[in-house]
Amino acid sequence: MYQSFQEIIRIEKSFGLSFWEVIRENDTREMDITAEEALRRMEKMYDAMREADKAYDPSLSSASGLAGCDGERIAAARREGTLLCGSFLGLVMEKAVKMGESNACMRRIVAAPTAGSCGVVPAVFLSLEEEKGYSKEEMVKALYVSAGIGGVIAQRASISGAAGGCQAEIGAASAMAAGGTAFLLGGDGEAISHAAALAMKNLLGLACDPVAGLVEVPCVKRNVIGAVNALTSADLAMAGIRSKIPPDEVFDAMRNIGRILPEELKETGRGGLAATPTGIAFRKGLETF
Amino acid sequence: MNSFDIIGPVMVGPSSSHTAGAVKIGNISRRLLGGTVKKADIFFHGSFLATGKGHGTDRALVAGLMGFGVDDPRIADSFRYAKEAGMECCLSGIDLGDVNPNSVKLLLSGEEGQSIEIVAASVGGGAIRILEIDGLPADFSGDYPTLVVQNVDQPGHVTEITSMLGHKSINIATMKLNRSSKGGNAVIVVECDQEVPADAVRWLAHLEGILKVTYLSLSGEA
Repeated sequence: MYQSFQEIIRIEKSFGLSFWEVIRENDTREMDITAEEALRRMEKMYDAMREADKAYDPSLSSASGLAGCDGERIAAARREGTLLCGSFLGLVMEKAVKMGESNACMRRIVAAPTAGSCGVVPAVFLSLEEEKGYSKEEMVKALYVSAGIGGVIAQRASISGAAGGCQAEIGAASAMAAGGTAFLLGGDGEAISHAAALAMKNLLGLACDPVAGLVEVPCVKRNVIGAVNALTSADLAMAGIRSKIPPDEVFDAMRNIGRILPEELKETGRGGLAATPTGIAFRKGLETF
Repeated sequence: MNSFDIIGPVMVGPSSSHTAGAVKIGNISRRLLGGTVKKADIFFHGSFLATGKGHGTDRALVAGLMGFGVDDPRIADSFRYAKEAGMECCLSGIDLGDVNPNSVKLLLSGEEGQSIEIVAASVGGGAIRILEIDGLPADFSGDYPTLVVQNVDQPGHVTEITSMLGHKSINIATMKLNRSSKGGNAVIVVECDQEVPADAVRWLAHLEGILKVTYLSLSGEA
């Protein structure tokens, strides 16, 4: 994986490769597999996302009772045409909530980059494939773009809520989805990296404050903002808007913020929403062994 | 690092540390016992105890003991599958002291009368460490074929193990030595790059001064 967008873009330009090809080349070297095998494995990940989306069960709630049944609510509002955001964004919101709920209800998901943020990338990509007519081949390439972005974030900052707060989970997922979307819209490495940076900037400093320490509140619904933010950021980048702070520096800022965030806001369930009277009451009501 | 450390793994939710990691602890523990688990006493510590029910850590651990993988949809119903298979499970809480908050102690017995005591921790992102075996410190990841040799603390046992591995053309990835007291019980943990043949493991177990050999094989079904 690469340490910087600058390096990926340099390779993209000097070897005439696309962003996703640069990342795939890295996999073939690191994993000692062929280019075809690398694509096949990524296709499996995409298939697993598709299956997880289809397998959503609206009747399920999580063991704590805090998560479940909301995916169907947004789906119903979309069917009735009452959503201000319209049908396409409505679909993205619906898929994001559903995947987050499936995760909380112990269904099979694809961590992207984490389980708590597993709804962001599939909500954006599956909706684009369904509604905007992209081929599966293009979606798999876009997933490779997302993986490359996640790799830069993992190396420059973090993709763990315990280490960097929610900006490292929903924030990272949103940046990954934004860059992948910019690629689908015809963006090159520069547009991709700025889409990712613009998405990240909106979520910098996001606390990881899960109620009762569970991956439910606010994690499930934060997948929605991660997904919608990815789309607006991709649109901004493709309209020619650039982050005034270069992408690599944005992710350095993310690392810095993660470092100075107090422990209470890094997946300990001791600060923020978890420390509200209602959050504490939920924790006290939890069953143990 | 490769792309599948970012996109993936395919897993049953909700948490890589509290669910996928717990499945892996169960899986590796089953392999360490060697064979089907007949009875499991499971003691949850720290965050595993406080949030384990909500994260399905209990169901994940039992699923791992049944040999299910981290992406097996049966994880949510593992208690039912365990009951059908005749595996007896007893779950409770424990304070293991100053260890990783995501730790668990397991007392397992198998169908052939074998038994093992394991303390393990889920250390993040689905990765685990086996911290103790039968009360002696171990500390290994479960990602390599691993030999755990309990022996009397006396000269020569390291040579016996390394010469056997050399003879079988097995490369050592890591090796750790520990003992309870001088001349007391000691443990040698060797992570290998290749599988150790069963006859070589048996040969080690019969040597003078070797108390018990536990071998973690990663080949075949869990």
